[in-house]
Amino acid sequence: MADVLTYVLHNEGAFNKNSLGAVSEGAAQAQSIGGECHAVVVGGDDLTDELCATLGGYGANKVFRAKGPEGLAQPVIDVMAKVIDDHGHGYALFGGGLLGFEIGAGLAARKQAGVTMEVISIKADGGKLVAERPILQDSKISDSHYQGELGIIIGRINAFEVKEGGSQAAEVVDVDVTYSPWNERAKMLTRGEQRGADVDIEGADILVAGGRGLGKAEGFELAESLAKAFGGNSAVAATRAVVDAGWYPYAAQIGQTGKTVSPKLYFAAGISGAIQHKVGMQSSENIVAVNKDANAPIFEFSDLGIVGDLNKVLPKLTEAIKAKKGS
Amino acid sequence: MDPRAQTDPREDIDRRPHLKICVLVKEVPDAAVEKRIDPSTGRMDRSGEKNLNPYDTHAIEAAMQIREGGAAEVDEIVAVTMGPASATRALQKAVSLGADRSVHLSDDALAGSDVAATGYALSKALEKESPDLVLLGQQSDDGECYTIGAVVADHLQMPSLTQVIKMDIAAGSLTCERQAEYGYDTVEISLPAVISVGDAINEPRYPSLKAIMGAKKKPLETVAAGDVGIDTSLVGADGSRVQCGDFHDPPAKAAGQIIEDEDTDETVAKIVAWLDERKLI
Amino acid sequence: MSSNGRHHAPSEYPPPVDSVKEFVKHGLDDEDERIDVGVAIVGGGTAGLSCANRLLQLLGDDPELLESLGEVPVAVIEKAKTCGGHNLSGAVMRPGPLQELFPDVSREDWRKERFAFGEVTRESIYMLPNGRTKISVPTFAVPNFKNHGNEVVSVSALARFQQARAEEAGAYILTETAASQLIVDRGRVVGVRSGDKGRGKEGEELSNFEPGTDIGAKVTVLAEGCWGHLTGAAIKQFDLGASREPQVWELGVKELWKVPKPLDRVIHTLGPWPLKVPAKYGHVGGSWLYPMKDEKTGDDLVSIGFVVDLDYADATTSVHDLLQQFKLHPLVKGILDGGERVGWGAKALPGGGYWSMPKLSMPGALLVGDAGGMVDAAALKGVHHCIKSGILAGDAIYDSLKRGTPLESYEQAIEDSSVGQELYQVRNTRQPLQKGFLKGSPLSGASIMSKGRIPRGRLPWHKGDQVPQFVGDTKDGYPKPDGKYTFDKLSSVYISGNATRDDAPNHIRLRRSVPREVAESWVWMCPAGVYEIPDDAPEQGNVDVTVNYTNCVQCGAITARGGRLTVPEGGDGPLYQLT
Repeated sequence: MADVLTYVLHNEGAFNKNSLGAVSEGAAQAQSIGGECHAVVVGGDDLTDELCATLGGYGANKVFRAKGPEGLAQPVIDVMAKVIDDHGHGYALFGGGLLGFEIGAGLAARKQAGVTMEVISIKADGGKLVAERPILQDSKISDSHYQGELGIIIGRINAFEVKEGGSQAAEVVDVDVTYSPWNERAKMLTRGEQRGADVDIEGADILVAGGRGLGKAEGFELAESLAKAFGGNSAVAATRAVVDAGWYPYAAQIGQTGKTVSPKLYFAAGISGAIQHKVGMQSSENIVAVNKDANAPIFEFSDLGIVGDLNKVLPKLTEAIKAKKGS
Repeated sequence: MDPRAQTDPREDIDRRPHLKICVLVKEVPDAAVEKRIDPSTGRMDRSGEKNLNPYDTHAIEAAMQIREGGAAEVDEIVAVTMGPASATRALQKAVSLGADRSVHLSDDALAGSDVAATGYALSKALEKESPDLVLLGQQSDDGECYTIGAVVADHLQMPSLTQVIKMDIAAGSLTCERQAEYGYDTVEISLPAVISVGDAINEPRYPSLKAIMGAKKKPLETVAAGDVGIDTSLVGADGSRVQCGDFHDPPAKAAGQIIEDEDTDETVAKIVAWLDERKLI
Repeated sequence: MSSNGRHHAPSEYPPPVDSVKEFVKHGLDDEDERIDVGVAIVGGGTAGLSCANRLLQLLGDDPELLESLGEVPVAVIEKAKTCGGHNLSGAVMRPGPLQELFPDVSREDWRKERFAFGEVTRESIYMLPNGRTKISVPTFAVPNFKNHGNEVVSVSALARFQQARAEEAGAYILTETAASQLIVDRGRVVGVRSGDKGRGKEGEELSNFEPGTDIGAKVTVLAEGCWGHLTGAAIKQFDLGASREPQVWELGVKELWKVPKPLDRVIHTLGPWPLKVPAKYGHVGGSWLYPMKDEKTGDDLVSIGFVVDLDYADATTSVHDLLQQFKLHPLVKGILDGGERVGWGAKALPGGGYWSMPKLSMPGALLVGDAGGMVDAAALKGVHHCIKSGILAGDAIYDSLKRGTPLESYEQAIEDSSVGQELYQVRNTRQPLQKGFLKGSPLSGASIMSKGRIPRGRLPWHKGDQVPQFVGDTKDGYPKPDGKYTFDKLSSVYISGNATRDDAPNHIRLRRSVPREVAESWVWMCPAGVYEIPDDAPEQGNVDVTVNYTNCVQCGAITARGGRLTVPEGGDGPLYQLT
């Protein structure tokens, strides 16, 4: 059937950005095959009618709400399975993030359905949805065609853009679920503990990455100032070469042997763009590079490249951004 | 110091929980092997070196650390894999890292299974083993499977967590830490359970040469779909509900813009405009 | 040039390593600490595996002797992830020895197994006077490059094939395992010690540190390839180089290309372009282009490589960049244009020939293949010698175990075989070139034409690392890599499949503070970009060399030029597929 059911994660009264992206995408895709987009939320009293109804602004017609533990995947599987059984949704859609993977995979088991992970885009083909996911280090795209009554689509992190459209309020429907017995054997003791120093490179929206071109360890101060100016969910990353040289910690390393990231903005300062590094960040949405070498490979795949001295550009850029943001 | 030394020697019953741990492992192409699409079949070319999925080595290490930690008595660690004949290498590596024996689920009917079918098949093999704890790596290095643990857990009707980076065991339950969307979650899970571990959980040991050479002698059982009660209509290429293929190139990326910095103030203004246009600031 | 006006040679700055002290262990660990095998073969390349293949064939027919060797009759110790992972060669192989080793496997089978890529039916030899023209040289004038009937092979793929056969026959192949020490007891080699795993950057023990294990063996075979780690120590320990010419080395950098139209012949070039002709540069080298038909994929491939003797004087000589420059010649462009690079690698080879071969046996051990210097550098042929020496070693070991024949009989067997005979014939062919390409070619050519009858006697070699270096202008010819046809070192290292643990210890021994010209020679020499001179290094006086050892593809060239490649942690390094 042509309806799409998305899962929306929340924490402390706010919906998760990747989930909202899934709702936006779900709404667009459902429309293209003649269906509706609905959302599932599971939690406690903070899921008020008003809050849930706001999902209508992202494209959800209905919100199915169940009372249950927050932040655990298995109860959501029970809820979504019931909603799908009762209403016949043809697709379950998840935005990037850990829970989406867990719920989507578990739902695939429960409903004996096909599931595709790390999806970057969806298209409609003959009244059905086809999920596209990258393979071979993002050099090719593979299409997933679903058979049977349900297709499960799990997005890559940041893959679906959040689109706020109407002011229409979604209809909130309460769902009564008998949770599977094994759910009682998992108990959330502490949820969402921030651990201060730990910087989540992989989850950052904006990364300012430094390489050899920074000249010395102190050069990272420029990167840190810039990241701070960007504010929000920004972090500083590093290439293997400078981590090896001890300029920055290993936890920030991007590349063949470090982390793979795909932030909204990857700002590369003094990075040549050798393939060992490129493979770790090439799927970033926007790539800006500053390097004094006009022939640096990074300029071949950056969206905006500045050939110049980063010691001049970075401080001025930091000030300009701060000014623009009015801070 | 060995915690077992603290047990009252007069007690002839070991009060610690006894555990049977199954570790799910997978063979994956070596990261260094150039991956390509076989032009004759239109499918991924799966020839070339294969190795034990690096994430699974963390799972075996976690099992070994439970055994060596002393909080529980681990009766046996069994490595289980589903794959073609070559998958026995992954099992041997798992055994050299500490598993006591291995089970190879191999059957032509299973070829071409998607994530859901694979998870189902593995769960049937595990059902036969009846483990107290199932451990596996968070994902497979070939990008084929993420969170297959969640699939297995649903079939086995066990609680499950993925991306676990810390695990403490005490009297029939696990206290697990994992990094989720909002930070670190601490979850208590009672056994039996399925836990997928992240690579940050431990530093896998290197097998000693003795262990590597001794691996060939450890029992390896080959089982077919029928031996573990797999409904073959639910597995294999025909039993899978998603078909991947139609490989095509990603949309060509528009050529980037280059600014030669002469007047830095001007350059910076251009950058800010560019960022603003894309709502990045 | 350094401040005192003199040009320095790398040999004046020997690396901080004492191979006998560090790499020879005296006495085996206790029985319960060690592993005992029948025969231990260090190195899973073609030579080592041929020895394993042959020995197991003989033992297969002799169950009593096989059993007496215990649970592990033959163990092959290989530091790469798989046999063949660190192997690289041209290669055009004379078919005889491989046919002798596996008479049941036909040449068609070789191609089906994907380690052979076609029989040579045409060949061309060129001299390149400059970057635009070529001069065809008739094969009768350079008979060492006659290749009719030979087979284009990949040693990397061949090793994988041989590994499978050896395992079927009962060998234990211990991959990802380095052999770090030779174990000697009362003047006899009694085994080897495997390398430690889990050491950190400074050599400290990490949380998952696993010490190596002693492997005791009745006979040890050193098949480590070009100046292997234990081979170097064994040569010193047992004085195997006495009364022989010093060994000299060459470096080959190779690329594999998928091409739109098949190459129809084997091509060799004798230089000089892009090498420099004036003798002061000390350049000697050449190139190859071999066609490969991949029966499995249907692809037309070309193996292209550039080889340079490592005794040059211009510090800016970079074989990788010379290969990139060489590709710009119309001869090569006509072959590779429109194609795609699918492989890259580098490896040093022993070029000294007959007079430089060390004594090939010592109590309890034998040398096979490149480790024994068995390469005909004039014809660029060594693979068939590897196989033949492996066969003879297998025979000698069997005889020694069965009948008590002294292992030393292996040396005469080599001498009497095709290995000894072919190498003897070209024994004086390359030494004249040490005086320079122009000066040396006449005598070198005469040696080939006379099938080794002249020059008579024994021509000496001088050690390559003793040549004073100067920073010259060879580098001015190197093209700027465009990433599509010409490539930089880093992206080349990437496609070699190089994977090294981030916190692995440094396996390269080098004097850090050296005169600029010596440092520059390392920077340019290394095909993987391991050595760097920091931007803020002084113009005058000594500089400190940075060693990015994680890039290392273990070609071995540094050992020939003043440093020492010691054995890295097992499993590190490249993963060559079809080189």
